[in-house]
Amino acid sequence: MKNTISALLLGTALALSVASIASADDKVVKIGVLSDQSGLYADLAGPGSTLAAQMAIEDSGLKAKGWTIDLISGDHQNKPDIGTTIARQWFDVDKVDTVVDVPNSGVALAVNNVVKEKNGVYINSGAATSDLTNAQCSPNTVHWTYDTYMLAHATGQALVKAGGDTWFFLTADYAFGAALERDTTAVVVANGGKVVGGVKHPLNTADFSSFLLQAQASKAKIIGLANAGGDTTNSIKQAAEFGIVKGGQKLAALLLFLTDVKAIGLETAQGLNFTETFYWDLNDNTRAFSKRFSARMKNSAPPTMVQAGVYAGLMHYFKALEALGGNPHDGAKVVAKMKTIPTDDPLFGKGEIEANGRVTHDAYLFEVKKPSESKGPWDFYKLVGTVPGNQAFTPLDKSTCALLKK
Amino acid sequence: MQALYAQLLVGLINGSFYALLSLGLAVIFGMLNIINFAHGALYMMGAFVAYFLLNLGGINYWWALIIAPVVVGIFGMILERTMLQWLTGLDHLYGLLLTFGIALIVQGVFQNYFGSSGLPYSIPDQLKGGVNLGFMFLPVYRGWVVIFSLVVCLATWFLIEKTQLGAYLRAATENPTLVRAFGINVPRMITLTYGLGVGLAALAGVLSAPINQVRPLMGADLIIVVFAVVVIGGMGSIMGSIITGFALGVIEGLTKYFYPEASNTVVFVLMVVVLLVKPTGLTGRAA
Repeated sequence: MKNTISALLLGTALALSVASIASADDKVVKIGVLSDQSGLYADLAGPGSTLAAQMAIEDSGLKAKGWTIDLISGDHQNKPDIGTTIARQWFDVDKVDTVVDVPNSGVALAVNNVVKEKNGVYINSGAATSDLTNAQCSPNTVHWTYDTYMLAHATGQALVKAGGDTWFFLTADYAFGAALERDTTAVVVANGGKVVGGVKHPLNTADFSSFLLQAQASKAKIIGLANAGGDTTNSIKQAAEFGIVKGGQKLAALLLFLTDVKAIGLETAQGLNFTETFYWDLNDNTRAFSKRFSARMKNSAPPTMVQAGVYAGLMHYFKALEALGGNPHDGAKVVAKMKTIPTDDPLFGKGEIEANGRVTHDAYLFEVKKPSESKGPWDFYKLVGTVPGNQAFTPLDKSTCALLKK
Repeated sequence: MQALYAQLLVGLINGSFYALLSLGLAVIFGMLNIINFAHGALYMMGAFVAYFLLNLGGINYWWALIIAPVVVGIFGMILERTMLQWLTGLDHLYGLLLTFGIALIVQGVFQNYFGSSGLPYSIPDQLKGGVNLGFMFLPVYRGWVVIFSLVVCLATWFLIEKTQLGAYLRAATENPTLVRAFGINVPRMITLTYGLGVGLAALAGVLSAPINQVRPLMGADLIIVVFAVVVIGGMGSIMGSIITGFALGVIEGLTKYFYPEASNTVVFVLMVVVLLVKPTGLTGRAA
């Protein structure tokens, strides 16, 4: 009898412990970096984003505390169908908890739905569209680094206030370009300016001369480039060729990355005004990180703001996991925890994650240096102004995110 | 109306690249019966050779115009000797697959070392600036591209259609055994022809370096359009590919003006129409 009871007790105890292993949080995390690994955004995100994620895992110190963190990466080739297929496979087969980076707004919005459906965590750094935290916001999504609202307000407002009150847009013909043009138009109109025309060009266009001639003929004071990566560099280079800037019109590179400036060359890029939220040479912290980063990059490039955002986003994610004491494998729960902790990292400084998933941090207005001012291979930017985090992004009362209506 | 003139001229500029590239393809197809899918990669190599010459050797654009086609042409001839020649007499598909594989490898290697966003190559000092034509501001460099490529295209046409050497070449395509019987080294001639076609691609690459970024994928983006140009013009027709190249550049330019969203599909729509109406291409003869 006694034996039977003790056997039963032992059995119950064993069953309980098995149950607790299954239900309670473990310390296993799997992260997938989904990016454009070989196309026009590969230099500003791509392999550099994977490196940034790797560094975040190392710097978090979680491995020493008994966590197992795996990292995989995928190439979405700028195609939404490929991006969602990879994301689904990651969640269903590879048991990935978190998807990071995802440049290209079209792909980013498609993946946003998958992550929500699978209740994962989505830390987007590479995509620009402000829809991620507005119309299409999700309890599983955190949007780091930048968005079209921020770009439109920081750069757009500064230019209109400096007298650029008529605009012509060169817009990349997909989700990102449309969002950036829409947000910038709102700013231009709100500040008393006028949009006199625009042209939508296919993504990844080599020759912009036809479009530039139309922009030139419009006589608009500002030619707004609502495109990114190779499209922006080609527009700027060819605008110089057609004497557009010399003719008195000004180019507004609404989205310009460090790697783009490198590709254009300072000779042509000098004097351009634009906005970013991270620059490697901003302060001691960013310099220290960039030094470690570029030492491990194949072409010794310093991090772009997208790559920095991958690092910062993951560091914050690990903070939330540590605070939870384990990984609940419940994306909405982890993101909710992330929102309760104020963000504070060496690359973007202090900020917070708003209820709609938007991370707010300072944004900087930069001007491209003259060739004579540049002292090194990546010494490109001059800081001309800072927009505080609480003013740079969509105010919560203007956000159309459904999460805010609870 | 003024805007229209400007778009026509801009179309001619793009047409120059199409013409140079499709001409090279037509020469290679006409003489070797190979659909050279590596053409885009070789075009890209031309631009990179120009970039290396300038940045590593301090050798300027003008020399690059001569050296790059020679260097890439030699690379092409090595490809022909070591690989392509074994495919003589086989179905077109094998040549296409082999050259496609070569293109992927070459692009992959360049992408591994140079990333994807491109390297700057500035316009030579002599061709900087522009002229105001009244209806548009024409950058001098673009004007130079149109004139230079026209001259090169016509010279190539002359070489193949009007000279003794060209006559041997065409004869060797018709009946290699007979031509060999006359004591002409046919394999060497074929190798040189491939080198010439490849050299034309590299030359286009050098011409385009100051306009576009020197990027590993610059050829991959262009080659598909160029193939459409060749199909429309008629495979293997020298003059056909030149005229079609320029004409399609102009049509594309006009589309960019009237309906920009369709500008990168218009060439393919035309290709479909031509294939349905005249499958051998506009200037092609029935096989």
